[in-house]
Amino acid sequence: MSEPFLIGDGMTGGYGKGPDILHDCTIAVNPGEIAVIVGPNGAGKSTAMKAVFGMLSLNAGAVRLGGEDITRLSPQDRVVKGMGFVPQTSNIFTSMTVEENLEMGAFIRTDDITETMEQVYNLFPILRDKRSQPAGELSGGQRQQVAVGRALMTKPKVLMLDEPTAGVSPIVMDELFDRIIEVARTGLPILMVEQNAKQALEIADKGYVLVQGRNAFSGTGQELLADPEVRKSFLGG
Amino acid sequence: MDFLNAIVALTNFVMIPAVAYGSQLALGALGVTLIYSILRFSNFAHGDTMAFGTMITILVTWDFQSRGIGFGPLPTALLALPLGIVATMALMLITDRTVYRFYRAQKAKPVVFVMVSLGVMFMMNGLVRLIIGTEDQRFTDGERFIIKARVFKEMTGLREGLAIKTTQGITVVTAIVVVALLFWFLNKTRTGKSMRAYSDNEDLALLSGINPERVVMYTWLIVATLATIAGVLYGLDKSFKPFTYFQLLLPIFAAAIVGGLGSPQGAIAGGFIIAFSEVTITYAWKKVLGYLMPENMGPDGLVQLLSTDYKFAVSFAILIIVLLFKPTGLFKGKSV
Amino acid sequence: MTDTIKHSLMFAAVALLFLLEGLTDWSFFSGSWNSSLVILNMGLISAIMALGVNLQWGFAGLFNVGVMGFTALGGLAVVLTATPPTPGAWSAGGPGIIMAMVMGALTVVAAVAATRFLPRGGLRALLILLILAVGFVIYRALFDPSVEAIEAINPALEGNIGGLGWPVILSWPVGGLLAAGAAWLIGKTALGLRSDYLAIATLGIAEIIIAVLKNEDWLSRGVKNVVGLPRPVPFEVDLQNDPAYVEWFAGFGLDPVLGSTLYVKLGYTLLFTLVLLVLLWMSQMALKSPWGRMMRAIRDNEVAARAMGKNVTKRHLQIFVLGSAICGIAGAMMTTLDGQLTLGTYNPLRFTFLIWVMVIVGGSGNNFGAVLGGFLIWFLWIKVEPMSLELITLLTSGLGEDSGLRAHLMENAAHMRLLTMGLILLLVLRFSPRGLIPEK
Repeated sequence: MSEPFLIGDGMTGGYGKGPDILHDCTIAVNPGEIAVIVGPNGAGKSTAMKAVFGMLSLNAGAVRLGGEDITRLSPQDRVVKGMGFVPQTSNIFTSMTVEENLEMGAFIRTDDITETMEQVYNLFPILRDKRSQPAGELSGGQRQQVAVGRALMTKPKVLMLDEPTAGVSPIVMDELFDRIIEVARTGLPILMVEQNAKQALEIADKGYVLVQGRNAFSGTGQELLADPEVRKSFLGG
Repeated sequence: MDFLNAIVALTNFVMIPAVAYGSQLALGALGVTLIYSILRFSNFAHGDTMAFGTMITILVTWDFQSRGIGFGPLPTALLALPLGIVATMALMLITDRTVYRFYRAQKAKPVVFVMVSLGVMFMMNGLVRLIIGTEDQRFTDGERFIIKARVFKEMTGLREGLAIKTTQGITVVTAIVVVALLFWFLNKTRTGKSMRAYSDNEDLALLSGINPERVVMYTWLIVATLATIAGVLYGLDKSFKPFTYFQLLLPIFAAAIVGGLGSPQGAIAGGFIIAFSEVTITYAWKKVLGYLMPENMGPDGLVQLLSTDYKFAVSFAILIIVLLFKPTGLFKGKSV
Repeated sequence: MTDTIKHSLMFAAVALLFLLEGLTDWSFFSGSWNSSLVILNMGLISAIMALGVNLQWGFAGLFNVGVMGFTALGGLAVVLTATPPTPGAWSAGGPGIIMAMVMGALTVVAAVAATRFLPRGGLRALLILLILAVGFVIYRALFDPSVEAIEAINPALEGNIGGLGWPVILSWPVGGLLAAGAAWLIGKTALGLRSDYLAIATLGIAEIIIAVLKNEDWLSRGVKNVVGLPRPVPFEVDLQNDPAYVEWFAGFGLDPVLGSTLYVKLGYTLLFTLVLLVLLWMSQMALKSPWGRMMRAIRDNEVAARAMGKNVTKRHLQIFVLGSAICGIAGAMMTTLDGQLTLGTYNPLRFTFLIWVMVIVGGSGNNFGAVLGGFLIWFLWIKVEPMSLELITLLTSGLGEDSGLRAHLMENAAHMRLLTMGLILLLVLRFSPRGLIPEK
């Protein structure tokens, strides 16, 4: 099997000089796939994603993007390399309009961005209607769409979402997942941390169950959903 | 007729001076608010930044005057202003390099920045005094009035005159142009938008590839421009004295906070609120009321609510009231 | 080398500066004991002010840049306590002013009550405005004639309400009380705001206090100054006319003028040292007490302290009042030392920010540090001028005697003070942010 497009390989590390939170944890995603990280509270799900994005230093292991070792790069440099990251909170510029949010997303680009912006508007039609409204005035689900749209504006090679459905209603959650699938169909690999394990695994091509910073189970979404042990321990039977 | 006289007197003694003063405060407060929203601290050195820019402008003005370079009916200082701005920009960038950048890298607390700005304030204050001394300097030349009181009286036949000083006219026009340019820059240009983005959400701005050092640099350049223009306009309208400029810090802060620290619109509104309150509360209303009231009921005293020496007290009373009831200011400012 | 030895050496070094000032006229030293004592006396007062600011900043992290206001209130206390009563002033305007004050207070109380108890809306706003307007008119109607009456009394020398004629030493605690009262009012409104809002609020209030004192001539004679304040020590002339003293001075080999001036200054030094020691001792006890530990805990983590049930705002108010009271005491002492109240000379650069330089340089959070900073920075504040004159002479020695630049620099050398203080502050903040004697 060839190396996956993005892989956090055997990552061990923690925040600053604190204790290690991740222990030999491996996360990977390939083009056209949705990879989902799930697990109980405090399992290090978000930490694993932040490690992939370079927001904490690794004591062991490596992160490779398209075969290139990017372990030592800062998050900003990883953005330039083609990683799009949507943080869990404060992921939009609340005082700026939707369109300005998208423009700022494309800040590092020097070429014409109108086409990308058109794609984002096609993907999230509601944003087109609200393009000149301050993003802070939108509803929770719409804000998340702005946040994802902002990250897409760099034309990333991989999109990482940290709990995109946190704090939104179930209906909005379903809609967001639909959008995410649509994004994935364009061939963009998506790595996502999710609290709503069941729904997330249903759309996942690949699932990682973390427990205490270690890979506990991994497999396709369907495999994990079918695995009796996974069901018992965190899918509530 | 009396009613018209009252209106003219009111315009002449209250409205016009307050509009001019308000424009100057608004420009000053814009500088304070920009620093607050990008660098996230209250810059105590702002008054002295204004003094520095004005001082350079004055020195260049004197040089121009000695060579016989003039600007027709307009003050020569307007010609010298660009040089003052450039010098202040240089000073700001040097200060940022040598002083503030270190604390930014350390992610120091806002109060440390404020303390550091005190040190900068001391140094700038000393520098200005060292170069130009502590005395009052007048550097206005050119035509003194746009409309003279006497001409106005002859024109209208009213008993009250209306005078508009050239400097007042220049102040208002310049302020409008500068504010329009600033808002165009912040709302329409890429750099301006990146500044707003950085002020809104620093982490996300970093994620979007916005270079904080560049944002900070542009902020200082704009602040230098605003401070110098505000200082020169104030100096043209009144006079230049280093200590007065240091004291201007108070109404400027009041304006920025009343409007909502971090909000440019707020800074402008705040500037005019403070200016109008200061002028109306310390103005002797005897004349205006004399016209409005029946012949024998005219007031005996000056009908001055507070003596002019209390003008700072007025700005601070407003400041305290706003802080108590609406801590983020009238326009929603940001709190760190 | 232990810390104690190191810090003692620092104090010794500063003491040496003062000794050299008296002993030698080398370089910027003047070789005059009188000058040394003048600097020392003001240094003692500065140290006390620094102690007060350190209490607020070092213990509690409160950023008070209104030191000048509290200092001036201390000065006012001297006038109100120690000067002899102005004959006829109280009967002329006293009742009127008191009634005006009562009226003013009633207006504020009524307005606050209206705000509290009436339902929100335009009607309430209108009523509050009405209360304030009517209150203000009545207040002015009572106040203005009384003020005029008082100011009409012997305006060349008095024209103010006068004092109680008490011994001047008593004015020091009164100064503390006045400052504490003002601080309580300010703290009630401004504490709990964000740190830089508190700074701006205190800066403004200090300006307001100065403005009031400058303009309310009936109270403090404003910019006309109050001179000839009573002193806690004898007058030099009296000593020179007293044969016993003259003989005593001669015993030390001093002529009567030198002897008497030194004697008087030493008297102040003794008094001030006593006050400083008492306050330092109290501050040290406070620092080590559970109360002091709690203060520092609040300073370091306000959220956690709040979560543990500490009433942070109340504690802050306490320490704000205490620190300001110390500044008030120092202010009264300073006015006593000067023998006059000259409100025109109060300037925030000298009376507020310089004290901050002392605290930061000395070491915030450490009482001994603040005291050391007080002495050292005050000495430098006085000596920077002669130092920079020497420096300029040296630097421009190539320019020739008649160089315009040189003349200009020489003339403005006094302003090197501010530049140097700013530089010292920036250097300390950058390279030694914990100061000379860091907090333990």
